[in-house]
Amino acid sequence: MSVEAREKRQPWILLSPALTAVILLLFVPLLFIVVYSFWLRTATGADVAGFHLDNWQEALTDRFYRDILLGTLRIAAITTLVCALMGYPAAYFIARSGGNKAILLLLLMLPFWISYIIRTMSWINILGVSGALNSFLLWTGVISEPVQMLYNQTTVILGLVHFLLPFMVLNVFVSLDGIDTNLEDAANSLGATRWQSFVQVTLPLSLPGLAAGGLLCFVLAAGTYITPLVLGGPRDAMFANLVFEAIITQLNWPLGSALSLMLLAVLGLLVAIYNRYLGMAQLMKGLG
Amino acid sequence: MTRKIDNTTRYERLRDRYMNGDLDRRSFLGLIGAAGLAYGVQTPFAREAMAATQQVRFDGWGGVVSEAFRKHAFDPYTAKTGIKVVDGTFGGGDEYLSRVKASQPGEYNIAHLSGVFDYARYANLGFASELNEANIPNLEFVIPKLIDVYRPITGGKISCVPYDYGTTGIAYNRKHISDEEAKQKGAKLLIDAAYKGKIAGWSDWRTRIWYGALQTGQDPNAATDMDAVWEAVRTHRDLSLKYWTSGAELMSLLAEEEIYATEAWSGRIYTLQEQGHDIGYIDPPNGFGWQECLFVLKGSPMEACEELLNFMLAPETSIAVAEGQNYPPALDPSKVDLRQKIPTLPAFDPSGTLSGLTFADPGYWNSHEAEWSKTFGRVQKGY
Repeated sequence: MSVEAREKRQPWILLSPALTAVILLLFVPLLFIVVYSFWLRTATGADVAGFHLDNWQEALTDRFYRDILLGTLRIAAITTLVCALMGYPAAYFIARSGGNKAILLLLLMLPFWISYIIRTMSWINILGVSGALNSFLLWTGVISEPVQMLYNQTTVILGLVHFLLPFMVLNVFVSLDGIDTNLEDAANSLGATRWQSFVQVTLPLSLPGLAAGGLLCFVLAAGTYITPLVLGGPRDAMFANLVFEAIITQLNWPLGSALSLMLLAVLGLLVAIYNRYLGMAQLMKGLG
Repeated sequence: MTRKIDNTTRYERLRDRYMNGDLDRRSFLGLIGAAGLAYGVQTPFAREAMAATQQVRFDGWGGVVSEAFRKHAFDPYTAKTGIKVVDGTFGGGDEYLSRVKASQPGEYNIAHLSGVFDYARYANLGFASELNEANIPNLEFVIPKLIDVYRPITGGKISCVPYDYGTTGIAYNRKHISDEEAKQKGAKLLIDAAYKGKIAGWSDWRTRIWYGALQTGQDPNAATDMDAVWEAVRTHRDLSLKYWTSGAELMSLLAEEEIYATEAWSGRIYTLQEQGHDIGYIDPPNGFGWQECLFVLKGSPMEACEELLNFMLAPETSIAVAEGQNYPPALDPSKVDLRQKIPTLPAFDPSGTLSGLTFADPGYWNSHEAEWSKTFGRVQKGY
């Protein structure tokens, strides 16, 4: 074998364990889901194999699924916007904090050491009728009766922001950290105010990080089902809750498969648009 | 009727399972080979092989119920027999069924199922085993009515043993709702606009429809006006703060006073009362009665499971578990002295006939399961 041929083959040999894992753990199960989506569920709960378009027809034409999907995308968009507004200043502060950077980054990562479900449930102890906030407001005399703060769309968004904010901060931080601070100094020396140098130099250069953080937050928010389950009221279900119900409660795996592929297609389209205009490299930097 | 089993007995049982066709040749030889290795070298594989014949998986409802099972049944059983009980939890029979459907035979063994309708669903999907009743002599202490309802579903045989029963009645906070008001309003308390935002309900479609039927004055096992039922379900939804999904969440919502009224599981409310919370509980006329069983899934190690079921049905175990989980045991009060606490539990029937409880008709509910569970999924979300 020539050296050239060996060099060509080497990356594939090195990649083979990862590729095998991706194929076995992602593509093969996905293929099962695709096949399942064309099956049918009988009245007793058993599945009938075959090629039936009923589930797809229902998923694509029923207004119920479309409305919940649009509601889910709206909640994900609001969550992403709030994360961006809160995350950017935090990332900027960390990126410009000199020697304390490592400690601040560690603090940012701390919530990941606690289970996402526990973190979500912690809001019940904070916002509940007998929770910390109501107790404090009652104690200070601001309110005379506990206020009902939990189990609505606002608390769902709050829970999602709590979960996703670190993803936004990390991505923006990576972007900001890579910007040469001399550029801001140069802008200042040319007469720009600090605000102008930020708006015209730093912000545009950090936009890829903001976009990567936004994409991650949006995709993760749109796919969540725990947060609305724990912090939402009767009408606050998101699309992933429909998938959960179809598969777990109704034992309708074929319909659940069609619904999950539908969500995957919508989010996949969003990732493809992002990749077309910004590329995946920035996202990889943030995740790394 | 329990005994400590030695390795010889285990190998005999393994051989019997192979001879009975419960174990394929490959697994049989693999286990024997691994056990042989274990004599010389304790490899992880050998330990795994031994574990395969030494443990039984049990899945239940979690919380105080699981604690009672662990403390009063599993730990003493393991101490006596050496067979380990691995216990898992689920939020409902539907969720568990989905897990079982995705599993390999033998992965799940015994489940604490609720209602005869669940038994029928599992049996219809081919998950029913066949118990050898001769290996469970303690069945003689069980209320006959509780066993008999299962037999027609599985051709005269049984795949489970009845274990306890209870009701899904109405729980209310006595600080805000008096006993008289609760009694007078009954099921309609849960659609009383005066308590908007302070009402909750279980996210289980059967319970929602059952109470919808009661609220519209219909027989829950034969509702004729389903439009009215769905309207009642919608009214309840619009007044509700939340649908709870587990017993722990139910208890938390009531204890933290997030809600004042909900339908609730009798044993959980008794636990709250024991903890000092001023929560009342009533069973409205035709309230939801249910019986729970220990269901053995097809592909399980039958003798070990039967041994565990027999141990759990022994009066001393069954009474201890019942006192721990606060649901009356399936034991017949005319045959077994149930001591002091059990007669005070909600839903307890001293006659042993259970004639005062209304159970779900499995034929009626299962024939509508696909349609109603789907419709409820939509109604629940505002449709």
